[in-house]
Amino acid sequence: MKYILCFLVAFAATDSYCQEENLLKGLNDDKPQKEYVFNAFKSSRVIMSHSMEMLQPGVLDFRILHRFGNVNQGISEFFGLDQATIRLGLDYGISSNLTVGIGRGSFKKEIDGFIKYRAIQQATGPKSLPFSLVVVGGSTIIGAPWADPLRKNYFSSRLGYYGQAIVGRKLSENLTLQVSPTYLHRNFVETAPDPNDLYAAGFGGRIKLSKRVSLNVDYYYVINQNDARDLHNPLSLGLDIETGGHVFQLHFTNAIGMNERVFLTETTNDWAKGDIQFGFNISRAFQLKKKKG
Amino acid sequence: MFKKSLVPLASFILLAASVNAQDRYFTKTGKIEFFSKATMEDIEAKNKTVTAVLDSKTGAMQFSVQMKGFEFEKALMQQHFNENYVESNKFPKAEFKGALTNNSSVNYTKDGTYVVTVKGKLTLHGVTKDVEAPGTIKVDGGKLEGKSTFNIRLSDYKISIPSVVKEKVSNSIKIIVDTKLEPLKS
Repeated sequence: MKYILCFLVAFAATDSYCQEENLLKGLNDDKPQKEYVFNAFKSSRVIMSHSMEMLQPGVLDFRILHRFGNVNQGISEFFGLDQATIRLGLDYGISSNLTVGIGRGSFKKEIDGFIKYRAIQQATGPKSLPFSLVVVGGSTIIGAPWADPLRKNYFSSRLGYYGQAIVGRKLSENLTLQVSPTYLHRNFVETAPDPNDLYAAGFGGRIKLSKRVSLNVDYYYVINQNDARDLHNPLSLGLDIETGGHVFQLHFTNAIGMNERVFLTETTNDWAKGDIQFGFNISRAFQLKKKKG
Repeated sequence: MFKKSLVPLASFILLAASVNAQDRYFTKTGKIEFFSKATMEDIEAKNKTVTAVLDSKTGAMQFSVQMKGFEFEKALMQQHFNENYVESNKFPKAEFKGALTNNSSVNYTKDGTYVVTVKGKLTLHGVTKDVEAPGTIKVDGGKLEGKSTFNIRLSDYKISIPSVVKEKVSNSIKIIVDTKLEPLKS
């Protein structure tokens, strides 16, 4: 009897002790919950192409893209810094899964616009998918004067369209990868062997070097490029540096132009020959619509 | 002989345990706000999903705060808060374990507002520090409302502020706790 009493007293003591130790026991449902994965990239672009990241609702992203001339032109052209092309753009987050944007590039005075929709967001927990699926549809309008003003030119010849599906996954806090099959249609091409419909596979990724700096890679393999033209696949390498409201994307690239039509169809520069350009993108986010407290 | 004395003993222990539970008050929708006042920017965020428990018998209390539950006015701030400052993926919860130092001065059966002091350990960003804060407990018809305001220093919790945003993020953060607790029925 004594033993049992001792045992029970000891049991009671540990029991109340445990209760004191963890008052929250039984209250905190630590049931796994579906949790979305955010911040796969620092900005809505890998470097030149769309990333799986969306703008938050009510955020206006003012994007200033700057691309200098070829670095291998030497000191007389100040390593390309004497020449510059730019694209100014405004992107807006309509909802957490819908972003729209417009921009104008100085190369061929081209205007472009896009709609970007996230169909699936990567999440953890029950009923979640381990990747994000984002679809982008865009259009471009060349504004530059016609190369041959004597022939009959149609406005529709200035237009191009692209569609893209981005499948991406933030594999860890430090590593994100995405693949983006891309289709580009140009209403008008210069020569018959140039395809009106172009297919490309985009690959993008980032490795975080620190909380605020990441190393990004952005590459397209163009499947049916007109070989007669000596065009190359665009490749950009860069650093994303985030400083509060700004993201700076410093990069080296062989891509000409700063929208999908240009860099897929006009990239004459070759990394192997050192035809690379230095460039930087500045993204400045403004919160237009504030959340209600 | 065995069984005879065992039954009342066991029922006594069970009774004690259930009485214990009734002494506890809890919430899952407590509020915690924090403020950072720096020269260039004021930042505030609110969390309305705080779990808190107070044991009126011992004065012991415990808080559990999901870091991702803090909502900011600007989406970008919220993103940076989670990714760069508190690292919510690595440290999803902040926890406080402590007790009222003057629990005996609170009469939980009589309506009124009582001034209390809370002492305990706050774990945030993986770092545990002693915290002492003044507060009040309002007893109102069997329910409690606990309030407290105190300051913490981010540097104490190894949350670093890069020099580029020194003007925008203060090292001293004001924390306001407001929880309405109900008796825990078990």
